[in-house]
Amino acid sequence: MLLIHCPYCEEERPELEFRGAGDAHILRPTNIADISDEEFEAFFFLRDNVKGLVYERWRHIHGCGRFFNAARDTVSDKFVTTYKAGLPRPDLSPAPKATETTVETYEATEGVAG
Amino acid sequence: MRKYSVFAVAREALRGHTGWEPQWASPEPRKEYDVIIIGAGGHGLGTAYYLAKEHGITNIAVLEKGWLGGGNTGRNTTIIRSNYLYDESAALYNHALKLWDGLSQELNYNVMFSPRGVMMLAHNIHDMQGFKRTIHANRLNGVDNEWLTPEQAKEYCPPLDISRSARYPIVGAALQRKGGTARHDAVAWGYARGASDRGVHIIQNCEVTGIRRNPDGSVAGVETTRGPINAKKVGVVAAGHTSVVMQMADIRMPLLSFPLQAMVSEPVKPIFPCVVMSNTVHAYISQSDKGELVIGAGTDQYQSYSQTGGLHIITHTLDAICELFPMFTRMKMMRSWGGIVDVTPDRSPILAKTPVKGLYVNCGWGTGGFKATPGSAHVFAHTIARDEPHPINAPFTMERFRTGRLIDEAAAAAVAH
Ligand SMILES: Cc1cc2nc3c(=O)[nH]c(=O)nc-3n(C[C@H](O)[C@H](O)[C@H](O)COP(=O)(O)OP(=O)(O)OC[C@H]3O[C@@H](n4cnc5c(N)ncnc54)[C@H](O)[C@@H]3O)c2cc1C
Ligand SMILES: [Zn+2]
Repeated sequence: MLLIHCPYCEEERPELEFRGAGDAHILRPTNIADISDEEFEAFFFLRDNVKGLVYERWRHIHGCGRFFNAARDTVSDKFVTTYKAGLPRPDLSPAPKATETTVETYEATEGVAG
Repeated sequence: MRKYSVFAVAREALRGHTGWEPQWASPEPRKEYDVIIIGAGGHGLGTAYYLAKEHGITNIAVLEKGWLGGGNTGRNTTIIRSNYLYDESAALYNHALKLWDGLSQELNYNVMFSPRGVMMLAHNIHDMQGFKRTIHANRLNGVDNEWLTPEQAKEYCPPLDISRSARYPIVGAALQRKGGTARHDAVAWGYARGASDRGVHIIQNCEVTGIRRNPDGSVAGVETTRGPINAKKVGVVAAGHTSVVMQMADIRMPLLSFPLQAMVSEPVKPIFPCVVMSNTVHAYISQSDKGELVIGAGTDQYQSYSQTGGLHIITHTLDAICELFPMFTRMKMMRSWGGIVDVTPDRSPILAKTPVKGLYVNCGWGTGGFKATPGSAHVFAHTIARDEPHPINAPFTMERFRTGRLIDEAAAAAVAH
């Protein structure tokens, strides 16, 4: 289970208190009825699904109830930082390099399971 | 390739098992192939097998960054069924189910397909209505699926507790008698052996790191950790890593990758006759031929490539299993593990051509693609060989997320498959 720092409560709390809410910094077009099918597809369905650093939304649903954003490495699942909603994407360059070896999995140490 | 048979077993028994050959060759990669398949899971190896067998294309390499069958193919709970709601899905998964029947003979390899029945429990009126709707839709599509009363369900699966006082009362069940399980590794190994025998090169420990393009944009080949390899056609069958590979061709996918976990118990004597799924309380269970209870859990709520997943996800499933089958409360779990599954917005796969000429993609199987392995491989081979989809996979395009012509099994089931 992840430990997540809520930037509003300023506390690290267990993942069970939170609801993941997908990619952050996706702006809903203000002229949604006018955009092309391609633009709608890109806004609504297509995702970068990055192996490495992602910016995503979380909601502290069983705590303060507020949405906030996080930068997390999808290989190690480590949070780099969390920040309040509405703030711009923090500049984290040089980005932490995602490597296959950052997480010690059962498979990595013991071979395949199942 | 030497055929496996009872005579071969007897012969080898007499000479101390010294005559068995490796099941597939491990050749050095050539400079160029007609077709490259990225990913040696069941779907990728099967694609190579059918390309060679049915389309006469044998100059093929299957490139695998790890070991063959080490992805989701070797990590899944092996539930096989075809009772999906929509016509497009029913056609695709039933095509696979027909091929499962007879796959061991086809491959001369025992994939241990066991049509022991897949039972989906209904716990409330919503389940009941949903399952009956699916059963009627299936009947119209010629797909086996039937409604059972609680008593009939218990007769088929005696460990069920159908008392009214159960924590999750059982009000009925949908049963697909032709569904069941198969030996996951054997599926990968059987296709690998059959493909290798027809001249396909299976190259393990070879990660694709780039997709090479011609000046006109069409595919020229791939970059790998073992050097560049040319090919006019490249099929991406990389499951959880599809977005990463497609990114190499500058294509953004309608996919997110999530950890999905499963576990097995200590082995015990035969106790559990079929597969039981409860979507509502989220539990899947069957018993392997080795005797282990095989239990599937859910996905984590966040995207990840960590191949692990949270502990609370599996304990949640075990809570449900213990409520459904109190007799298992004292069983010990031996191992748990995770795979990375690639999930589309409508929970249906993509088996299609891409905007890049010569590049094909087979992905989006998410939490439930093992069951489709033979059918998916069969129609994907057709798509690559003819440069046009087979009628069965024609609806499973990437463009459906632009046109809105979704195949919305997500709404139909609202859970993992
Ligand atoms: C825990 C769990 C339980 C499941 N239970 C079921 C079930 O009960 N029933 C069911 O039908 N389905 C189930 N599934 C889903 C099923 O396992 C998958 O849909 C199916 O196995 C996918 O097969 P595949 O061949 O496409 O992918 P995989 O077997 O994952 O093969 C893809 C391969 O591509 C390789 N690869 C990736 N990137 C590269 C690269 N750059 N270069 C070279 N190689 C690369 C990977 O190493 C991998 O071996 C489950 C999945 C999991 C994880
Ligand atoms: Zn909070």
